[in-house]
Amino acid sequence: MRLLTHNMLSCNRKGVSNGFPLGIEASKLEVKEVDFNSDFLRHIYPKIEWKAFVDAAKSLGLNDLPEHVDDSMLEDDDFLHSFHHALLEVHLEEGALICPETGRRFPVNRGIPNMLLNEDEV
Amino acid sequence: MDFVVEVEAISRPLNINLFCNKKSETSSYDRKIAEIRLVARHPEVYEPCEDSYAIVDALLADRAQLLELQPKLCVEVGSGSGYVITSLALLLNGLDSVHFLATDINQTAAETTSRTLNNHAVKADVVVADLLSGLENRCRGCVDVLLFNPPYVPTPEDEVGVKGITCSWAGGLRGRSVIDRMLRIVNTLMSEKGLFYLVTVSENQPVEICHLMKRAGFASCIAIQRSTEEEVLQVLKFWRQDDEV
Ligand SMILES: C[S@@+](CC[C@H](N)C(=O)[O-])C[C@H]1O[C@@H](n2cnc3c(N)ncnc32)[C@H](O)[C@@H]1O
Repeated sequence: MRLLTHNMLSCNRKGVSNGFPLGIEASKLEVKEVDFNSDFLRHIYPKIEWKAFVDAAKSLGLNDLPEHVDDSMLEDDDFLHSFHHALLEVHLEEGALICPETGRRFPVNRGIPNMLLNEDEV
Repeated sequence: MDFVVEVEAISRPLNINLFCNKKSETSSYDRKIAEIRLVARHPEVYEPCEDSYAIVDALLADRAQLLELQPKLCVEVGSGSGYVITSLALLLNGLDSVHFLATDINQTAAETTSRTLNNHAVKADVVVADLLSGLENRCRGCVDVLLFNPPYVPTPEDEVGVKGITCSWAGGLRGRSVIDRMLRIVNTLMSEKGLFYLVTVSENQPVEICHLMKRAGFASCIAIQRSTEEEVLQVLKFWRQDDEV
C-alpha cells in the first residue's frame, strides 16, 4: 500500500464521526522504484490531504516533507522528488492502520489493507 | 473513399488488441488490454469469463470517449482476477495522470488482482473492502470511471457474501442484492463527468435498474447485450444528466 492509498482511506465504523486519517503501524516496508512523472504529482496534489500525508510519511520514517505547501513548490524539483518518493515508491507491506477515534485496527497484509468491518460494526 | 478510411481506422487497433501475439511481447507499450496468459489465477477467485470480456469490450468500444474524458480517478469494485481494471489501465495508457483503484471483498481476489496488475506493470491500489467501504468518504464526487461486474446470479439471500468463490456470483433475490447496494452509493461517488459501467443479466431486470438510476439523475444505455449458453448479459452504462428532472 502506497501513501497515496492511505490518504484515501478512513474508518467508517458505525458511530465514528471522524475516522481520518488512519494511524500507521509499520512492521515491513518496501521501496519500489517508479518512473518520475511531475504531471501526475501536479494533478494529484490538490486531492491530497497534506497534513495527513506528511504525518503518515513521518510514521514511515520519511522526514523531509514540508509541513506546509503552496503551489509554487510544484515547480521545485527537490520537493517534487521527495513528494514522489513518499507518495508512490514506499509501500507498507505488513502492518496495520488504526482509527484515530476508536483505535480499531485494519490489518495490512502483503501490501493490501483490509477495510472490512464486522457485522456489529456497520 | 469513406469506406477505405473506416476500414483502416478499425483494422489497425484490432491487430494489436485482439490478437495479442508475439509482436506484442516485444512492444508491450502497444498492448491495449490485459493478456489472458498474464492474468493471475486462484481456485477461490473468479476467472475472466464472458461477463468480464463483455465489460472490457464495452470499454474498448468507448476508448475514444474515455481518453477524451481525461479521468483522474478510475475505480473497479469486485476486481476478482484483475483482468478488467488492468485492461482499463492499459487502454488508457496514453494518459499519464490517472489513479487506478480496485477493491474486492475477498482477500485472495485482492491479492490476485495485485499480481495481475504487476504482471502487466500497471500501478494501481488494491483494497479489501465491501464495495468501497473505507474509501467512500474521500472518493466522494471524485470517481470519473466506475466499473462493477457484480455477483448477479439469482440465489437464496443467505448465499450472498459467503466467503470465497461463492460471493463472486451469488446475487440474492433476482440477483439484485449487491447490485442495489452499489446503486445507492453511485450518486455520491461519481464526478460530474463520470461514467459508470455495470454488468447485468436479464434476471436482474436491467430496464428497471435504468429507471432507478434515472430518478437519481443518471441517463443510461445498454452498451452491450450478448447471449451466452447460460445467460443474456448486458453492460449498462450510466452518466449524469442535469437537464432531466
Ligand atoms: C462476477 S465477479 C467479477 C470479477 C472480475 N471483475 C471480472 O470481471 O472478471 C464479482 C467479484 O465481486 C466480488 N464481490 C462480491 N461482493 C462484493 C462486495 N460486496 N464488495 C466488493 N467486492 C465484492 C467477488 O469477490 C468477485 O471477485
